[in-house]
Amino acid sequence: MSTYAQKKGIGATIWDYLTTVDHKKIAILYLIAGGLFFVVGGLEAMFIRIQLAVPNNDFVSAGLFNEIITMHGTTMIFLAAMPLLFGFMNAVMPLQIGARDVAFPFLNSLGFWLFFFGGVFLNLSWFLGGAPDAGWTSYASLSLASPGHGVDFYVLGLQISGAGTLIGGINFLVTIINMRAPGMTYMRMPLFTWSTFVASALILFAFPPLTVGLFLMLFDRMFGANFFDAAAGGNTIIWEHLFWIFGHPEVYILILPAFGIFSEIFATFSRKRLFGYSSMVFATVLIGFLGFMVWAHHMFTVGLGPIANAIFAVATMAIAVPTGIKIFNWLMTMWGGSIRFTTPMLYAVAFIPSFVAGGVTGIMNAVAPADYQFHDSYFVVAHFHYVIVGGVVLGLLAGAHFYWPKMFGTMLNEFLGKITFWLFLIGFHLTFFIQHFLGLMGMPRRVFTFMEGQGLETGNLVSSIGAFFMAAAIIILLINVVITSVKNEKVGNDPWGDGRTLEWAIPSPPPFYNFKQLPLVRGLDPYWLEKMEGKKGMMPAEPIGDIHMPNNSFIPFVLSMGMFIAAFGAMYQVDDKPWAIPVLILGLLIVFGSMFIRSIKDDHGFHIHKEDLLDEDDKEVKA
Amino acid sequence: MENTQSNSANPRMDLNFRRKKNAEDMKFQVIAFALTIFLTLVAFVAVGYDGFSHWFIVPFILLLAVVQVGFQLYYFMHMSHKGHEAVAFFLYSGSLVGAITILTFVTIVWL
Ligand code: HEM
Ligand SMILES: [Cu+2]
Repeated sequence: MSTYAQKKGIGATIWDYLTTVDHKKIAILYLIAGGLFFVVGGLEAMFIRIQLAVPNNDFVSAGLFNEIITMHGTTMIFLAAMPLLFGFMNAVMPLQIGARDVAFPFLNSLGFWLFFFGGVFLNLSWFLGGAPDAGWTSYASLSLASPGHGVDFYVLGLQISGAGTLIGGINFLVTIINMRAPGMTYMRMPLFTWSTFVASALILFAFPPLTVGLFLMLFDRMFGANFFDAAAGGNTIIWEHLFWIFGHPEVYILILPAFGIFSEIFATFSRKRLFGYSSMVFATVLIGFLGFMVWAHHMFTVGLGPIANAIFAVATMAIAVPTGIKIFNWLMTMWGGSIRFTTPMLYAVAFIPSFVAGGVTGIMNAVAPADYQFHDSYFVVAHFHYVIVGGVVLGLLAGAHFYWPKMFGTMLNEFLGKITFWLFLIGFHLTFFIQHFLGLMGMPRRVFTFMEGQGLETGNLVSSIGAFFMAAAIIILLINVVITSVKNEKVGNDPWGDGRTLEWAIPSPPPFYNFKQLPLVRGLDPYWLEKMEGKKGMMPAEPIGDIHMPNNSFIPFVLSMGMFIAAFGAMYQVDDKPWAIPVLILGLLIVFGSMFIRSIKDDHGFHIHKEDLLDEDDKEVKA
Repeated sequence: MENTQSNSANPRMDLNFRRKKNAEDMKFQVIAFALTIFLTLVAFVAVGYDGFSHWFIVPFILLLAVVQVGFQLYYFMHMSHKGHEAVAFFLYSGSLVGAITILTFVTIVWL
């Protein structure tokens, strides 16, 4: 939190965050909300592993177990991993391209609040008659048969938070296309910005199929339609297609930004330009394209026929090529560099073998005939946790340590950071490596217990022990955060000492207008270039002038809350509750009312005057 | 006093150039407009004429539609002008992804 905010009362600070349109504060909101959901999803994971630690366990019942695994997957993907990445994108990307904010600050805040209210709605299911229990994939035949409101919570909650994600993605795209500083050409953009760009494009194209799928599901469950009901002439497979047309790009939406974070870390702590920059960009874009042509590899066992399976198998394997390009480029970046093993760098180095292991099992899954054996077994569970935890989560933890000083102006403790790292890495491999073998030995996915004497005891126990290591790692990280915030030792512009990109050229945390004067970018790694020429900072591209800033707004919060209220009405009208339709209407009135106010109210923002900016300069000199 | 700067020193020159360019654009727009109307008429004739089978008419009209979309984008919405490369790239990649999806649905879901 900036010192600026701490001087205000706690109430004023909360109001500031509820209404903020500043990308740096929205980043913090994403970090807090995503972190909270990460803890919730993590607790669910612990319950899963406790239940499976020993055979014939009855820690939770079979029905509750289904709810827990469904909510674990859904929460982790939609409410933890993606928002946390959005947090870093918001915090860093505008700084990296030398912009004063994102293109649409108001929409940025709307995107956050929609995600937040969608997530809260989904999680309220625990207290309102039971959570969804048809898996995070929510395959139609199963989810249409699921009694109660669990799956309704899934459909409506994801619809709302998905809208927020889509808004966020479009906002990032427009920002990167239109708001780069003078000299910041596409081929000079840092890799994290590039991966944000491609991931946002994937969001743009991948979320609409999910939206369509959820709408069809909504109509099937709540308004008596039969899109997925084979008995009534529908087709249950269509849901699977729609879900995976979204679902496979989704995994790249998660991993590409993590790749971006690692690329920055490798270059920074090897003190070298990223090896093969242009091939890295090319590989990122190519992965983005191929990501849309492989979804049916999740459906090999559906019975699409040998030709379809073969085509999708080959397309899937093709993705390994650009991924391999990236792996080799990272290795070559380190080669001959003067490497510093800081906490973020440890994560980056550990990421390579972990992620490669996940990629290799991915290729194994992509061999369609072999997948008949792997599918729906713990082998697949091991695969996707190797890519998601060994890739995305390691990336998030690395990014948290790397960008913490830029976001909060304080440095996380390196010693505690390294303890977190080792505990997490050991726990991760303990938990998931052995699951490959559990799968090959025939343990099916999504079972709530297993029997004695089938050779599955040891593996499951080891797996559960590993989970406790990861939990301990996260607890130490939280302690680290608390200690660091209490100590509150401020750091300068470039706390790692080897910053290469624009964000390290400005104070930590940056002033609310980011750049007093937009910087002139003279090449890739612009700040490094200037430092190598003996300069202290960036050369300005413009004289000091007035800066136009947007006003805060409470409308995004209210509008999102309207959606939240309307969702309750939509859900309970199924039960013929008399209050349901009025609640639906009330919610929609709030939504459209907010839109109306936003449209008719002129809000031109305000200007920071040149004189005030110059005054500040004087103060800095005196102090 | 926002931080906006014109990148040309002589506003007159810019104006002359723009005038000429606009006149040229106008010409293309009128031609494209006439062609659009013509293509629409062709579509009506194709449907109205008894001699053609459905297997000809449907793909033919779809083809005409694609051409019309091209006119719309390039002549009326100025996609051919400089500064629209990103938009064009996104439109084409979106169509590609959409086409693959439809192709898959037609081949393995619906038929
Ligand atoms: C070389 C790259 C990859 C290949 C070839 C690959 C291949 C596959 C295949 C064939 C499956 C389906 C297995 C089955 O259900 O029988 C699968 C599942 C999965 N993969 Fe990957 N994958 C790759 C990378 C990734 C990445 C980078 C992520 C995420 C960051 C990821 C996340 C997942 C998830 C979440 C599932 C399981 C979905 C579910 O059924 O719930 N994969 N992968
Ligand atoms: Cu996939």
